Amino acid sequence: MANVISDETIEYVGILAKLELSEEDKENAKKDMADMLDYIDKMGELDTDGVEPMSHIFPVRNVMRDDVVTNGDGSADTLKNAPESNDEAFIVPKTVD
Amino acid sequence: MSLLDLTATQLAKAIKEGRTTAVEAMQAVIEQIENKDKELNCYVTFDKEAALEAARKAQEAIEAGTLTGPLAGVPVAVKDNMCTKDVLTTCSSRILGNFVPTYSAEAVIKLEEAGAVIIGKTNMDEFAMGSTTETSAYGVTKNPWNTAHVPGGSSGGSAAAVAADECFFALGSDTGGSIRQPASYCGVVGMKPTYGTVSRYGLIAYGSSLDQIGPLCKDVTDCAVIMETIASHDLKDSTSIERHDTDFTKALVDDVKGMKIGIPSTYFGEGLDSQVRKTILDAVEVLKSKGAVVEEFDLDLVDYAIPAYYTIASAEASSNLERFDGVKYGYRAKDYEGLHDMYKKTRSEGFGPEVKRRIMLGSFVLSSGYYDAYYLKALKVKALIKKAFDQAFAAYDVIIAPAAPTTAPVLGSSLSDPIKMYLGDIYTISLNLAGLPGISIPCGFDSKGLPVGMQIIGDCFKEHNIIRAAYAYEQARGAFPKPDGKKEAH
Amino acid sequence: MAKTYEAVIGLEVHVELATKTKIFCGCSTAFGGAPNTHTCPVCTGMPGSLPVLNRQVVEYAAAVGLATNCTITQNCKFDRKNYFYPDNPQNYQISQLYLPICRDGHVDIELSDGTVKPVRIHEIHMEEDAGKLVHDDWDDVSYVDFNRSGVPLIEIVSEPDMRSAQEVIAYLEKLRLVIQYLGASDCKLQEGSMRADVNLSVREAGSAEFGTRTETKNLNSFSAIQRAIEAETARQIDLLEAGQPVIQETRRWDDNKGYSYAMRSKEDAQDYRYFPDPDLVPVDISDEWLEEIRSRQPEFKTEKMKRYKEEFGIPDYDIDIITDSKKMADIFEEATALCNKPKKVSNWLMVETMRLLKEKSMDASDLTFSAANLAKLVNLTEAGTINSSVAKEVFEKIFSDDIDPDVYVEEHGLKQVNDESALRQTVEEIVAANPQSVEDYRGGKEKAIGFLVGQTMKAMKGKANPAMVNQMLKEILSR
Repeated sequence: MANVISDETIEYVGILAKLELSEEDKENAKKDMADMLDYIDKMGELDTDGVEPMSHIFPVRNVMRDDVVTNGDGSADTLKNAPESNDEAFIVPKTVD
Repeated sequence: MSLLDLTATQLAKAIKEGRTTAVEAMQAVIEQIENKDKELNCYVTFDKEAALEAARKAQEAIEAGTLTGPLAGVPVAVKDNMCTKDVLTTCSSRILGNFVPTYSAEAVIKLEEAGAVIIGKTNMDEFAMGSTTETSAYGVTKNPWNTAHVPGGSSGGSAAAVAADECFFALGSDTGGSIRQPASYCGVVGMKPTYGTVSRYGLIAYGSSLDQIGPLCKDVTDCAVIMETIASHDLKDSTSIERHDTDFTKALVDDVKGMKIGIPSTYFGEGLDSQVRKTILDAVEVLKSKGAVVEEFDLDLVDYAIPAYYTIASAEASSNLERFDGVKYGYRAKDYEGLHDMYKKTRSEGFGPEVKRRIMLGSFVLSSGYYDAYYLKALKVKALIKKAFDQAFAAYDVIIAPAAPTTAPVLGSSLSDPIKMYLGDIYTISLNLAGLPGISIPCGFDSKGLPVGMQIIGDCFKEHNIIRAAYAYEQARGAFPKPDGKKEAH
Repeated sequence: MAKTYEAVIGLEVHVELATKTKIFCGCSTAFGGAPNTHTCPVCTGMPGSLPVLNRQVVEYAAAVGLATNCTITQNCKFDRKNYFYPDNPQNYQISQLYLPICRDGHVDIELSDGTVKPVRIHEIHMEEDAGKLVHDDWDDVSYVDFNRSGVPLIEIVSEPDMRSAQEVIAYLEKLRLVIQYLGASDCKLQEGSMRADVNLSVREAGSAEFGTRTETKNLNSFSAIQRAIEAETARQIDLLEAGQPVIQETRRWDDNKGYSYAMRSKEDAQDYRYFPDPDLVPVDISDEWLEEIRSRQPEFKTEKMKRYKEEFGIPDYDIDIITDSKKMADIFEEATALCNKPKKVSNWLMVETMRLLKEKSMDASDLTFSAANLAKLVNLTEAGTINSSVAKEVFEKIFSDDIDPDVYVEEHGLKQVNDESALRQTVEEIVAANPQSVEDYRGGKEKAIGFLVGQTMKAMKGKANPAMVNQMLKEILSR
């Protein structure tokens, strides 16, 4: 049962989640995550063989729109809250492919 | 009698009849906010002049006969995770500290169409992650009944604002109990409708499959009126459901004769504060005396709801909160080297500890190799929980449960032990997993003088049943006292 | 003895669908708008915004699936693919992993030796495109434009059934043909509406095992694909020969430099944490809906070729070229229906149209002229109203501006001059003015008459009936 979260795991999850963690954060995160996983592991007691996973509660299907343009020039609204932009685009640190 | 003693529905009527005005109502609320909010901190954003101006406009429209909605002129507070056009919307997070949406949430639009006038935006747990409103980046909100205690959360600002008469009603959101639990702690009525009843468009997502908007208000009549107003089939929300039974005020009937009420014994056992238990069971007796048929039963799988909930909610949250990256809106770190450093610093500085904890957990349970064991497993558990409720509702019209195991805890006592805090959600989160509606209605006090809420749970799309039960109880109970804001020594 | 190797190639082909709006919002997909003008809260990942699926995307994806012999998943879902990048506004892409809309198809490709080979399709899924990043030349920044963000894509994933660049190109051409016929996309590699990522491994010829594969991206033309495949095959063989392992990785092709390099970053965990998107409900494609989509499938190249041969009696070579493009085939059929001269129409398409397309580096799908104007031109020529050199000049105007040839010929006075007296007068003048040529002709140099014809045509501004001029000259010179 008792989950032990390694430094590597915390490092890895930090990369996935794009969070920078101090050494102290990491230690806390290791403990918190291990505790939570111990707790969550309780689900393992339950036999769920043959149970269909339920991602949506209701059997609603086919919610779709027609292919009709409804939006006009949205650039001003789009850029309104930009932390950094010029007149027409967001500015980000150079992306290296 | 003060204007503030009126319910939203009564106020709307008074305004309509010319006995008061939207401006007077707003002035009364503003005065209350100015007196109390320094201490309570219900609001993150409150612009007095803008609120008054909006009230003036509403009053003009009412007098011109163009604004005739059921909430015309009534001041409302909106939880700060709902987008409001041209009004700061922070989710009580530093990362959205400067975010001014260019669009409004559909629920907010519905309120405005009905004539409600927005006062401001209420405090909450950051991104609705928490049960105490202590994870807000903008300070804690205090419980109007006793300012040494939390108001609950995550819609703590909305619940406290209603309890303290800093608004006539408020909107909250409920992902795992975030309307019902603070309603219980603050002695107000709070309801989470069936998933899909109120549009999520413009609600800043925490757990998309669980989130629902609902009212926090002074009584059950207000609750039904507000629900009628905000329920809508919204084509912008693919999970919005087309319903033809949103005439909730029709359920305001003082009659529970023959109504079958199930009392899940598992919800009244270990872990439940004895005073809370007694208070709720006394309230159940009231319904019984009015002719309801009450029966204890075993609700299965209660212990599995929290693990399933935290798996699903954290996973969805980890993905939903990826968009906060310093590129398009909100906070961007000042010093960074290159793109990925910008992302990491922005998010690490922008999010608080509880949000980070859940993002980390959510990222982990979805990561390669763990998806089946955690996320998929949780979706299967969710299916079983839904089935257990289906079985229960085959036998009962409503289920009655506590909204929380205790009354409002003391400030600062919850965050240090996250799992203990999560366990406090045990009576509320199953409803979110199963999509069910639930209402919390004040039914008494514990020995500390803190309110206790009774939760009435209905089957999906059966809001009428829970509104009727709550209304009948409320009629028997009579007016619920108001807080006097004393501070208890600890 | 030196070992021989073979390349094992599978393709991931992204195709931008020709819908009017994006996959999850009502923003236009039109090219060429100023940055971020075709955006809204949904396609820029604003907080609280929610996606709503465009029905046309499902229909196009299913149509492509049917045309490539796939099984259509009648209950399909969308999943979130999580990764951080500034062109990806939500930092997750809505895609399909668990239940893609199409599975288990194939297309037949024809190889240069005439053999036909099936290439299996593993799956086709629907997803949203990312925005565009433009890098500043001077500053250390990039600019983000979300106009393309949310443009619908299908990704067609093949099985590793191809063995050479030629097969890959034949496969891509086949896909392009089918998709263009469906009108589901214009499939232009250069413009990015069709993009191919190449998964390639090498193994000893005859081996049943697969080697470690790499994925090469950024291939914007058939020639880039060919060069990249050849380079990657050689690179992997060199590694194996040197006893070094091939590393499973994504590589980016630089077509100017002619080599690829690994796109590796420690910040790139390549762990996409797919899960069902809770904001979108599943898509059920009923038998009725599927039948409706099937009933709208067009006549494809193979059937068209057969029909043209029977109906129009034009050469196989012409049929092959005309049916290589749905646009061209449509023009052919419509113009022929109007003028009833299939061979003449075919000639205009085969000769002048192909010449102009090549000259202007255009694709047949870019043709904008109407079949009606081509049919009119054929009629004008056949009736002798204009001569053939004028007709070519008029056709160029039809090709570029879709002018009405009847009006154009009238307005520009281009009608052929068949008036005997007018012609005779000019011919007499030319004969009188060129005694040397007359003498040469009479002296046996028959070619000298060509010069005189030319001079006459020039004097008549090209409008003279050349046959009449010829005949008249011969008559005068033999006097």
